[in-house]
This record gives sequence, C-alpha cells and structure tokens, in this order.
Amino acid sequence: MTAAALIFYVLASIALISAGLVIWSRNSVHSAIYLVLTFLCVAAIYVLLQAEFVAAVQVLVYAGGIMVLFLFVIMLVSLTDTLGPRVRLHATLSSVIGASVVGLILSVYARGDVRPAGVGESVLRQGGNLQNVGLSLYRDYLLPFEIASILLLVAMIGAIVLARQKS
Amino acid sequence: MPVPMGHVLVFSLLLFSVGLLGVLTRRNAIIILMSIELMMNAANVNFIAFSRQQNNMVGQVFGVFTIAVAAGEVAIGLAVVLALFRNRDTVQVDEVHIMKG
Repeated sequence: MTAAALIFYVLASIALISAGLVIWSRNSVHSAIYLVLTFLCVAAIYVLLQAEFVAAVQVLVYAGGIMVLFLFVIMLVSLTDTLGPRVRLHATLSSVIGASVVGLILSVYARGDVRPAGVGESVLRQGGNLQNVGLSLYRDYLLPFEIASILLLVAMIGAIVLARQKS
Repeated sequence: MPVPMGHVLVFSLLLFSVGLLGVLTRRNAIIILMSIELMMNAANVNFIAFSRQQNNMVGQVFGVFTIAVAAGEVAIGLAVVLALFRNRDTVQVDEVHIMKG
C-alpha cells in the first residue's frame, strides 16, 4: 500500500466518522464543527486526486463561507429549540429507502467495470492545475460560468428578500 | 493513480448515504441542510475522481460549478429557515404542517 493510499484511507475514515457525528450530535453547533472537519478532509482528498484548485475553492467556500452562514443562523434561531430530542420519525421506512438506494448504487458498481486510471503522463499535471481549470472554464464552459454568476446573484437577492424583517 | 478508483467511489457512496440518513431521520431543518451539503460533497468527490480517472478537466470544472450551486442553495435554504423561525417560532420540520390536508 502506497503512502498516498494510506493517507486516503485515514482521511476517508475521519470524513465518514465526522459526517456521522454531524447527523448524530444533539447540539447544532457541534454538528457545524463536525461538518467543517468533513469538508476539510474531503478537500484533502481532492488534493490527493490532483484537483488542487477545487480543494482550495472547497476550503474557501465551504469551510469559510457556508459554515459562517450556518453558525449565524444557528445563533439567530434559539439554541434551545435546536436541542430537541433525537426522534426517529418513520425509522423503518427511512432505513428501507436508504438501504435500497445503497444497494442500487452498489449493484451498479458491482456490475460495471470500473477501469483503472489511465497510465502515462497525466493531462491534469501539464502546465499546472489552476491554468488548466482556468482555460477549461473560460474557453469551453464560458456560458455555464456566466449562468452560475447569474444564479448566485438570484440567490443573493432571494436570500435578502426572504430573510428581511417585515416592517 | 495511487488510490484505487473503486475505493474512492465507495467512500463517496458512504458519504452520500450518511447525508441521506440525516435528511430522512432528523427533524431539525438546519441539520437537514447540513446533510444535503454532505450529499453534494459526495457527488463532487465522484466528479473529481472521474476527472482524475479519465484524465480530463471537465470533472473539476463541474466540481467548481457544484460548489457555486451549493453556496446559493445554502443561502436560500437558511433564509427560508430564518423566515420559518420568525413566523412559526420553530425549526423542527414536522411541526410545520400548515399545507398538510
């Protein structure tokens, strides 16, 4: 087992355990902190998969921006309300649905042949990751990029309208 | 690729399942939003892994798009949670049944 594989297994285990703690812990603030840990581990896995730019974006946007949003909202709504009992509503139905989805994905995985990674010089490495992402983003995917900016503008306006105090 | 592709996919599947479990079992709207974030992250791991496997950049570009969409979704979702808390004084989703017949 190579060192990279070992690091991947450690990171994946930490990510899965903290993801479990996100949905298990009773206190929403604890959930938010565990969510940060999960995001950071996933970002490190992106680095292992040679996607350094996406890893940086993940840390900035998720661990930075989105977590601040979550913490602000947790503190705006009263904390006692978020401390409610851990009731398992429709626990049987939920587990059946969840198990069938997992089984479905696993069966697809077992049936299809997942090819090993391409050998030879990796395209992702030539000229640096950031340069490649930038070229691809601005040359081949310019229209989706602009649409994403409009989407963010709409989301911003929508959030302001929704969260504004009625006066 | 030092890490076997199948293991990355299984990791992404498990992360998605944890998120799904959270959406299905928790009643707190904020935790449900966090679980949705976990599921989007799992999808993103798949994009990046296949980008690495196929040796092209498209997966990474779409990963960036996914993160942008997730940011917008969280902003809207949390605004909805705030509006819900202002109007109904709760964030437990099963106490909001005004549209239930």
